[in-house]
Amino acid sequence: MAEIIEVGGLRKRFGTAMALDGMAFTVRPGLVTGLVGPNGAGKSTTMRVILGLDAPDEGRALIGGRPYASLREPLRHVGALLDAGALQPGRTARNHLLWLARSQGLPARRVDEVLDQVGMRPAARRRAGGLSLGMRQRLGIAAALLGDPPVLILDEPVNGLDPEGIVWMRRLLRSLAGEGRAVLLSSHLMRELEGTADQLVVVGRGRVIADTGVTELIAAASRGRVTLRTPEPAAAAAALGRAGAAARPDDHGALAVTGLPAERIVAALTAAAVPFSEVAAYRATLEQAYMDLTGDAVEYRGAAR
Amino acid sequence: MSGVPREFGRLLRAEWTKFRTVRGWTAAAIAAALVTVGLGLFSAAGSHSSCGTGPVEVACPPPPTAPTGEAVNDKFYFVHRTLTGDGAITVRLTSMTGRIRKPDVKPGERNLVAGVVPWAKAGVMIKESTRQGAPYAAVMMTGEHGVRMQHDFTRDVAGRHRDVSERSPLWLRLTRSGGTLTGYESADGRTWTRIGTASPAGLPRSVRIGMFATSPGDLTVTRADLGGTVAAERFTETTGEFDQVTVVGTAPGGWRHDDIGVTIGPDGAPHHPGRAVRSGGAFAVTGVGDIGPATEGMRAEAPLAGAPAGLVLVIVVAVLFVTAEYRHGLIRTTLLAAPRRGRALAAKALTAGLATFAVALPAATAAFVLGGRILRANGNAVLPVPPLTQVRVVVGIAVLFALAAVLALALGALLRRGVAAVITAIAAIVVPHIVATTSVLPESAAGWLLTVTPAAAFAVQQSVPEYPQMLGHYSPLAGFYPLPPLAGLGVLAGYAALALGLAALRLRRADA
Repeated sequence: MAEIIEVGGLRKRFGTAMALDGMAFTVRPGLVTGLVGPNGAGKSTTMRVILGLDAPDEGRALIGGRPYASLREPLRHVGALLDAGALQPGRTARNHLLWLARSQGLPARRVDEVLDQVGMRPAARRRAGGLSLGMRQRLGIAAALLGDPPVLILDEPVNGLDPEGIVWMRRLLRSLAGEGRAVLLSSHLMRELEGTADQLVVVGRGRVIADTGVTELIAAASRGRVTLRTPEPAAAAAALGRAGAAARPDDHGALAVTGLPAERIVAALTAAAVPFSEVAAYRATLEQAYMDLTGDAVEYRGAAR
Repeated sequence: MSGVPREFGRLLRAEWTKFRTVRGWTAAAIAAALVTVGLGLFSAAGSHSSCGTGPVEVACPPPPTAPTGEAVNDKFYFVHRTLTGDGAITVRLTSMTGRIRKPDVKPGERNLVAGVVPWAKAGVMIKESTRQGAPYAAVMMTGEHGVRMQHDFTRDVAGRHRDVSERSPLWLRLTRSGGTLTGYESADGRTWTRIGTASPAGLPRSVRIGMFATSPGDLTVTRADLGGTVAAERFTETTGEFDQVTVVGTAPGGWRHDDIGVTIGPDGAPHHPGRAVRSGGAFAVTGVGDIGPATEGMRAEAPLAGAPAGLVLVIVVAVLFVTAEYRHGLIRTTLLAAPRRGRALAAKALTAGLATFAVALPAATAAFVLGGRILRANGNAVLPVPPLTQVRVVVGIAVLFALAAVLALALGALLRRGVAAVITAIAAIVVPHIVATTSVLPESAAGWLLTVTPAAAFAVQQSVPEYPQMLGHYSPLAGFYPLPPLAGLGVLAGYAALALGLAALRLRRADA
């Protein structure tokens, strides 16, 4: 089951725009890897190169050591969802899966299995043209799962899903990775990946800005910060300054303190008789960690408003 | 390597599943069949003919047919006697003259001029009987094509001599030995050159042997106002003068005269009769008519007239089968399932071709068979066609449909725009045929269109061949195509292969 995606040194130019500029990363089995970056950073192009749809000018992308185009029965190796809207409107959901199954020598039974898996059995005989966006996303996931592949590549899979659908998708992706599959999904919104991704490949302008585990990233962004709630922020800041810490107001009416661990802060405030209601180790959100990381990536701010 | 055919088989199944699961496409494919049959039967039902004998209208008599099944012309003046067993006839032909009726100069006054038309015939013949269509072989001089040996209406071999006159007469000989007839020619009656042999089927022990003359109508083709042509045939007759006539073998009794196939006019008298005048041992035989295959008349393929309309629907479906994938972005899904792009396209094209063939074959069969019945029931004398030719016409039309579908699909894959591809395919396949077979273009232009465009494939429905030994108006308008049936299909197949190759190239090169 274990197959990995290796992307190395991808370069691709569309006219004068450099879509990929040395894109390189690895997607490992058993993990959900999030490919994140602003629109236009090269996420979709990278995925299309991995899937053999676009040809890179330089570099290569391998799945289990082989280029996609050389795979026999490729849907048994890689399941992909690129554009959930890519459906023939007059064809039913089930028949869409049926022709895909035929192309890989899969039995029709497999179609019903994946329809059950994504909860689309009741809509199986509805024409694709009449399906909601969320239904199409589920159908796209079903198509990706059809060949029971060890590798999944999903481009913005939560786009258009309702909150219930997002929870469902998160759970599904976690369980797929739990089965030992390599899951690569892209998003332009970091918060979509929170609670889903294990590994993050942050991209901008066609190259990788950071390739890191989610836990480490958050820890790095949170390191040494303590949130302090006090009715006398000025007195608190002065007391902490004398003890060697720095305190700045944060966005939520509290103080963000750096330079001292929480117990020393409590001791300093108590010694100075400054009242406080809360002293807590700060845990950065993934989005904040991402902002720290890409603080100078103007491109991202422009696109992610 | 068994993996490749298996993999391709899966792609075929996938494409077939795609095709049959879009209701509009299957409905349009069936509509193409219904239109082909419906229009064909409608045109057959509208075609009536009857023949009058005086005031009474009767069904037209069927044309005489050759032993091989083709309709034939068999009309000539015959001076003959019985030959039993082996034997021979030898004659000296001293002149061949004739008269041709030209357009009247003064109304009501026949304008006859001296002359011999190119395929006027005078010579010797052995024929099973005097029945029209009976097997025969003959050695003859023609108006402009020299000495020929012909047999059984469609076979023709050239001899050596080009001319005949009183100063340089021509000797002709025809011998029978068992089932074999052999023709000879000679300038002096001593040195003989063999022309050829013939073995007409079912020649009995007693046959008719003698001299004959016949002369087909004079064909003039003039340009019509719109650019088409008008063909007219006028009366001609030819006279062969024979002497030194000797018959070897058991040939008892005297010479008998028969005007084979002469038509009787409403007044009961023969129309344009032939004649023979005997003076001593010399005969002057004058005949009107022709011996050879009949190429004019109602065609067996006439009920296939609905094919171009059905073809338009087939083209639309075949184009949509591929352009819809581009329109909806589904082409990427297809290429994910089948990353070998050339194979993916080939599977799609083959599916379109096979599905079209499966629909077109029953449609063409139904139109041909039922339409033929309607035509005959309406009193039309349909030119008979040998069974194998019937199969070729019907299967050929189905193959034409299938190849047209492949070409249309390839154009769709190449242009990636439904409307543009449909217009291009119709302009390439259907329009040239319509333009070339209606009276709007000069014949040379029509023939050119049916040679170089994919519409050349319509040649596959031509059931009556063009005969070099028959002067005829062999134009597309009359149902004669410039290319042989399979060559015509080959032109279409070539275009389909070329377009498919270019489409595969584009598909392979570009990002999807």
